Amino acid sequence: MPDRPVRGKLRIYLGYAAGVGKTYQMLDDARELKHAGRDVVIGYFEPHGRADTIAKTRGLELIPRRRVEYRGTRFEEMDAAAILSRKPQVCVVDEFPHSNVPGSERAKRWQDVQVLLEAGIDVLTTMNIQHLESLNDQVLRISGIQVRETIPDWVVQQADQVVMVDLTPRALLNRLIRGVVYTPDKAQKALDHFFKESTLVALRELALRQTAHEVEIRQLDLEDLPPPVKPAGDSLQSIVTGRGERILVYVTADPSSAMVIRRAKRMADYLQADCFAVAVQPRADLQDLNAAEREAIERHLNFARHLHVEARLLEGENVAASLVDFARRNGVTQLFLARPKDRGLRTIVRRNLAQQVVQLARDMQVTIVAEREAAG
Amino acid sequence: MTPQRRTPEELLRLVQAEEDARKDRGKLKVFLGYASGVGKSFRMVDEGRRRRERGEDVIIGAIQPATSPEVQAVVERLEVAPVRVMDGVPVMDVPAILRRKPRVCLVDGLAYDNPPGSRNPSRWKDVVELLDAGIDVITSINIQYIAELRERVEQLTGKRVESTVPQSFLYSADEIVVVDVPPEMCMTRSPHGELDEASYAARRLSELREIALLFAADVVDHQLEQYLERNSLAQSFGTQERILVCVTPRANAKTMIESGRRSADGFHGELIVAYVKQHRLSAEDEAALERNLSIARENGAQIEILEGEDTIGTILNFARERGITQIFIGHTLQHKWWQRLAGSHVDRLIEQAHGIDVRIFPH
Repeated sequence: MPDRPVRGKLRIYLGYAAGVGKTYQMLDDARELKHAGRDVVIGYFEPHGRADTIAKTRGLELIPRRRVEYRGTRFEEMDAAAILSRKPQVCVVDEFPHSNVPGSERAKRWQDVQVLLEAGIDVLTTMNIQHLESLNDQVLRISGIQVRETIPDWVVQQADQVVMVDLTPRALLNRLIRGVVYTPDKAQKALDHFFKESTLVALRELALRQTAHEVEIRQLDLEDLPPPVKPAGDSLQSIVTGRGERILVYVTADPSSAMVIRRAKRMADYLQADCFAVAVQPRADLQDLNAAEREAIERHLNFARHLHVEARLLEGENVAASLVDFARRNGVTQLFLARPKDRGLRTIVRRNLAQQVVQLARDMQVTIVAEREAAG
Repeated sequence: MTPQRRTPEELLRLVQAEEDARKDRGKLKVFLGYASGVGKSFRMVDEGRRRRERGEDVIIGAIQPATSPEVQAVVERLEVAPVRVMDGVPVMDVPAILRRKPRVCLVDGLAYDNPPGSRNPSRWKDVVELLDAGIDVITSINIQYIAELRERVEQLTGKRVESTVPQSFLYSADEIVVVDVPPEMCMTRSPHGELDEASYAARRLSELREIALLFAADVVDHQLEQYLERNSLAQSFGTQERILVCVTPRANAKTMIESGRRSADGFHGELIVAYVKQHRLSAEDEAALERNLSIARENGAQIEILEGEDTIGTILNFARERGITQIFIGHTLQHKWWQRLAGSHVDRLIEQAHGIDVRIFPH
């Protein structure tokens, strides 16, 4: 068996909306790499009818897309197999969070990219901040839109580089109005939804902060002598002292579980803490639950695993006791629970849970996660 | 808030109306970089070129003496105002530009100091004059020249810069854009060759980059608040983590505040410690409270003394006003019998803290 190639490097161009110039900058850099003598191809490119951007592809080899038919409609997808056999040094892949048409070998484009990276191909790709899984609830609150195509945070963390492509919201709105970004009918729709100025400003801030975070976590791998001096109360200190924090998420059949997992994982990532998730049920085989509840619990545990949060099911009659006992045995410092619902019979049960946990967990902190609903 | 359907024309009018409101003053746009060679000057002149192509009257007021070929190529396509040379130093000719009165003036190297005897001691004050005269200015600056960041940057680069621009001037900009490129690209691109020096290790470039991104995020956060205020939108998007630690004399304040500090640092967010005034504190409690507040001060927290009969309501009002995303509160394990029936303070806080996480600390 031949040696596995050295994993390719991934660079993500991060923006906060369509039209900020991610693809343009990516292609610009791709041309520079080609100019420097590297073998560069375009694996997937979405022209969106933007002349400036299209001009940037000139002189770069384009790998033809794969044509797929699904329910009578023709779709075009990136042809990962063709790229693998062409085996360039660098491949440009637009729209990282894209979902492939059903029946494709892999469900997501980011999974296709993993295959390219494993084959030793460097990849340049683009995405917007609203597609980051851990920000899903916050993006809903800011924009009123539930983004479906998301990328787990660990995929972004594995990138060698995240570069912020910045444009001011004012400039973006001007481009939109001039018809640079979308055709008129699509532009109107965009103006009504995502492209409200407050939404754009808020998303931009999230993107800047996320990029700063991505830059910061990569500093740990960089050598430097002597160690850089940072003022007291700044990040590096927190990275060192924050170690040893362990977060445990309590998962139930309730839909709020996904939100609690996302929030806990985000906290863990920012505090350099470990994070895991458990559900507690009287029977480990879940046979005492109805099919819908059973399925929901399984789905939430799998969702946690999808985000690289270790998840398991605990058997126990008394939820609070089992949870706190498990937490204690595993050195947990913080428990994450969903906020009790406002009304209804379940309230009494759930509220008791939060109270019981707080009463029992004298040696750890308990975080009650609030739901983040669309604002306004 | 009902969703408003706006046509592009309406939006344009809206933007226009806002522009008219501050019509007399020119607009300031700043390209912010983390090191030389990131391409600030190129972004600036390229924007000038595009505006020129769209028919705006654009001139270059000042450009760095040594520019890359890419920048030079764009500069050649634009009108360049002649500079005055004083003591061998090029100085922007403000009176000439004011007479020429372009719509847009490009000013490279915002932090330059003018030689003694100049109209203004520094270039950014020249820019203020242009703005006051209704000329839009597009400019570029490197973070090491921002007065409030100078010391931090100096620790990384080992270089002291003399001329700086106050942070408040950048906060007053209408638009600020961060020019972000991978560090190895700016290493090869730098026209001055400064980056070949060992002082610019990859680690340091990375830290400079982080400072620039966070500075831009803070400016954007400030703009977001202003925008929400201007439109009387009382909402918080939680884009910046803001942690509120509620202390009492009896609280386990040290753990709570230190934990808050770590969380705030991890997110580069804000830490606020609040105390809701209670009547008739014993001397012992007064002393304990003072100790707790001094722990807050040591941890660099903002301290707020709140007043209100209803403790939880007071905390929640404050939290909403300030866009708090996480409330830290202590929980006493011994309850009086009536608290068990009515539900404790903490239960009420959890119930009513819509959109805000509550972290409970055992005492």
